[in-house]
Amino acid sequence: MSATEGLSELDTAPGRTNRLDTVELAAQHPDDEQPYAELGLKEDEYARIREILGRRPTTAELAMYSVMWSEHCSYKSSKVHLSRFGDLPKSDALLVGMGENAGVVDVGEGWAVTFKVESHNHPSYVEPYQGAATGVGGIVRDILTMGARPIAVMDSLRFGAADAPDTARVLPGVVAGVGGYGNCLGLPNIGGELLFDETYAGNPLVNALCVGVLRHEELQLAKAEGTGNKVVLFGARTGGDGIGGVSVLASETFDAEGPAKRPAVQVGDPFTEKLLIEACLEIFAAGLVTGIQDLGGAGISCATSELAAAGSGGMAIDLDAVPLRDSTLTPAEILMSESQERMCAIVEPGKVADFLAVCAKWDVLATVIGEVTDGERLTIDWHGERIVDVPPRTVALEGPRYERPMARPADLDALQADAPPSSSADLRADWLAVVSSPDGADKSWVTEQYDRYVRGNTVLAQPEDAGVLRIDESSNLGIALSLDGNARYARLDPYVGAQLNLAEAYRNVAVSGAKPLAVTNCLNFGSPENPEVMWQFAEAVRGLADGCRELGLPVTGGNVSLYNQTGDVAINPTPVIGVLGVHADVTRRVPTGWRADGESVLLLGETRPEFGGSAWAAVVHGHLGGLPPRLDLAAERALGELLVSLSADGLVSSAHDLADGGLAQALTESALRYGTGARLSVPGDPTASLFGESVARVVLTTADPAAVRAAADAAGVPVTELGTTGGDALVLEGLLELPLDELRAAWTATLPALFGNPEATVGSIPAGTVPTS
Amino acid sequence: MRIGVITFPGSLDDVDAARAVRLAGAEPVSLWHGDHDLKDVDAVVLPGGFSYGDYLRAGAIAARSPLMADVVAAAHGGLPVLGICNGFQVLCEAGLLPGALTRNSHLHFRNRDQGLLVERADTAWTTSFEQGQRIVVPVKNGEGRYVAADADLDRLEGEGRVVVRYVDGNPNGSSRDIAGVTSADGRVVGLMPHPEHAVEALTGPSVDGLGFFTSVLTAMVAA
Repeated sequence: MSATEGLSELDTAPGRTNRLDTVELAAQHPDDEQPYAELGLKEDEYARIREILGRRPTTAELAMYSVMWSEHCSYKSSKVHLSRFGDLPKSDALLVGMGENAGVVDVGEGWAVTFKVESHNHPSYVEPYQGAATGVGGIVRDILTMGARPIAVMDSLRFGAADAPDTARVLPGVVAGVGGYGNCLGLPNIGGELLFDETYAGNPLVNALCVGVLRHEELQLAKAEGTGNKVVLFGARTGGDGIGGVSVLASETFDAEGPAKRPAVQVGDPFTEKLLIEACLEIFAAGLVTGIQDLGGAGISCATSELAAAGSGGMAIDLDAVPLRDSTLTPAEILMSESQERMCAIVEPGKVADFLAVCAKWDVLATVIGEVTDGERLTIDWHGERIVDVPPRTVALEGPRYERPMARPADLDALQADAPPSSSADLRADWLAVVSSPDGADKSWVTEQYDRYVRGNTVLAQPEDAGVLRIDESSNLGIALSLDGNARYARLDPYVGAQLNLAEAYRNVAVSGAKPLAVTNCLNFGSPENPEVMWQFAEAVRGLADGCRELGLPVTGGNVSLYNQTGDVAINPTPVIGVLGVHADVTRRVPTGWRADGESVLLLGETRPEFGGSAWAAVVHGHLGGLPPRLDLAAERALGELLVSLSADGLVSSAHDLADGGLAQALTESALRYGTGARLSVPGDPTASLFGESVARVVLTTADPAAVRAAADAAGVPVTELGTTGGDALVLEGLLELPLDELRAAWTATLPALFGNPEATVGSIPAGTVPTS
Repeated sequence: MRIGVITFPGSLDDVDAARAVRLAGAEPVSLWHGDHDLKDVDAVVLPGGFSYGDYLRAGAIAARSPLMADVVAAAHGGLPVLGICNGFQVLCEAGLLPGALTRNSHLHFRNRDQGLLVERADTAWTTSFEQGQRIVVPVKNGEGRYVAADADLDRLEGEGRVVVRYVDGNPNGSSRDIAGVTSADGRVVGLMPHPEHAVEALTGPSVDGLGFFTSVLTAMVAA
């Protein structure tokens, strides 16, 4: 094959259709015009690349810079704000902070936990199953890259109106994709969110979290050290899928030059990823790598430049060595491909044979594609010609940084002044409407498609407030995780809204009995080029940083997803916050459901008439306005610490956080979990009591109310005795009575009615349709 | 007592099966699909998962792995073998059990806590139960619908080879609510539900699953 055969416009020198563009050619013809704008680069960005290289970039270099300097990879609009997280006080628990593939937290007994949430929003809209599946695959590889065994996943999902036709296209595919990939990897799905709002029509949010565990000494880092060490690419072959997925390579302009050859959405193979996980863990255990990086967005461009940038030397890659799924791929396509299930390792020459042997055992393809050099350049050769010669830091770390213009949304004053209704005309009807709304309804239609049992360490999973996992069978050490992202609150006030989401995730973890330890986030917003969106983003980041400071929690990492908007309409600002907690003894975990009759039902925390951004206002009145509930992080902290100590003392039978839908939603879920009713009376204004969303509140059941009250008094947490569990109805004296059967029917019918009833058709196959064995 | 747990590429519940064996009081022994070595174990468990990614047909490729030739030969000699979920699929593909597991009738993966009726309490894997006992064990599968020709189903029923049946709802459309079947000699059992996920109160919906693993210890003592 000649050096020019099969080249695309991504490979050829400007104006020379049949000539591979090389470093030599770029130096000879420094003034050739290049299509940088079509690749998404601004004029000044292109000028900077020329300045860095002292010549025009080759076509391959230009493609590489364009993907690595994309918003997705470079965080160019968000970086200036995200630095607030780095300014938080140092936490002793944080072993690895932001900047690596995922943060790593010390959870005691020599164990460490790494966790991160990442968006795969745009691909999931284009191709729901593969978009969601590869979202799970990508975050799992990030966790694996830290040296950890992935142990669970969670998913936070948002779609347009539940009854919109396009939601019926997107949601089933996304759920099947999350399940299909995670189930096949053997990772339990322990929780998440499923919410609907018309601002997500055309912009569904698919945020996937993965958590992994490792011993402290097993930590791996993504850097290329040691001149002469080999660069090994392993896992799946490189194909034509996902080319330009992170950037605008697949934009209209490029498609217009010819038929779109392949989709920009990657195609997942969880079986290969499972083998990759097992091979990696065996390779780590044998000490066979000095550095490792996964291949995700921007593929080989990203992995090689990041590994080299984090190390002390350079790197030389022979692109011809990359195993291909499709032999017609051109060098630029190979560099850009986002084919899944690939990893890149730095291996000492003497260990290459052992490395390859482990890969062979797991049927994982592994190939040496280059080596670490003592120079300061990343070079890439194709058919003996040099097509890339760049300082790797300029590609991976020194991308542009923008202070984009910001403006408080013009409609915000009017929105905040538009106070919500505050009185229910029919408490019973409103109760049923809230809990049977798509946001409030039973999520089994989704969660039954996920394996929650595999690996045998799932202590609590959805529909519990937090997912809880045992990580040490001998000591019962465990962790808890919750993901929360109320976007209505953030729309009304992004600064407070981000903190309210942090507070909810913190509370959910504490409800399970775990001590909150660290925070991750996935910040989903509209276009950063819209000053109002940029203001929302900056406010949310400022809020989250302030909230973390007050609660004493580090931010271990996160992900930013921008451009979630259609035309001029942006999604509601959606900062999804994840909190990790630690359980000294998971056998003390507190579930949300009521099991026993005759226990006291207590409400902890203070209730105020707060309806701004509430589920009740949205469901019953179609109203979004006013201010979100008043934030009180001191109260959250006092409540959280109380819950952890009550759990440790074994004083609580159940506990459930009050959030969207207020007390009505929480009581419904606690009662229906195991079919135990209660007779209760609520003081004060009934609408505020049942549907208000004041925060720092929890409803719990106990056999020893005096002890709980004493502990709460000591902690300064207000207690209201609501009544006693028992019976087959929820009775709120003087207000309403809801038989559990009626409540269950309303709560469980919604999602199956919208997305199909997955009941089995029971019966035998007609005779003659199956061959006799 | 040594009970082998086979790991195929794509096996997922092998760690769970090994834990269940240990909690039952036996020693779990890891077996590798590519070796012709049963390591002198007294019984074998084929765990759940997606061996070979369910490519071709669920269980079809694993059934042709080197170790399975040894398992088939040993099973014909009376070695107790339990196949769970994907393991059940492998046993059907290997010809040790009749019938086949196909795509769930509703086409969804389904994970729920499932009621089961124990109809045979005298196989190598079920002596810890009472005949007619109701138990709760998780079910989780995408291709768990048991099918066979009516004549074969009639024969299986006639020979009493249905070990457990779904009650309180059929999760996947299996013919005649069949959740598990056994070989003619009662030594080989295939189950779609996952008893290894119901062995600890902390993590399972019950501890009913432990009975399958304690049963085989009794069977080995008796044998």
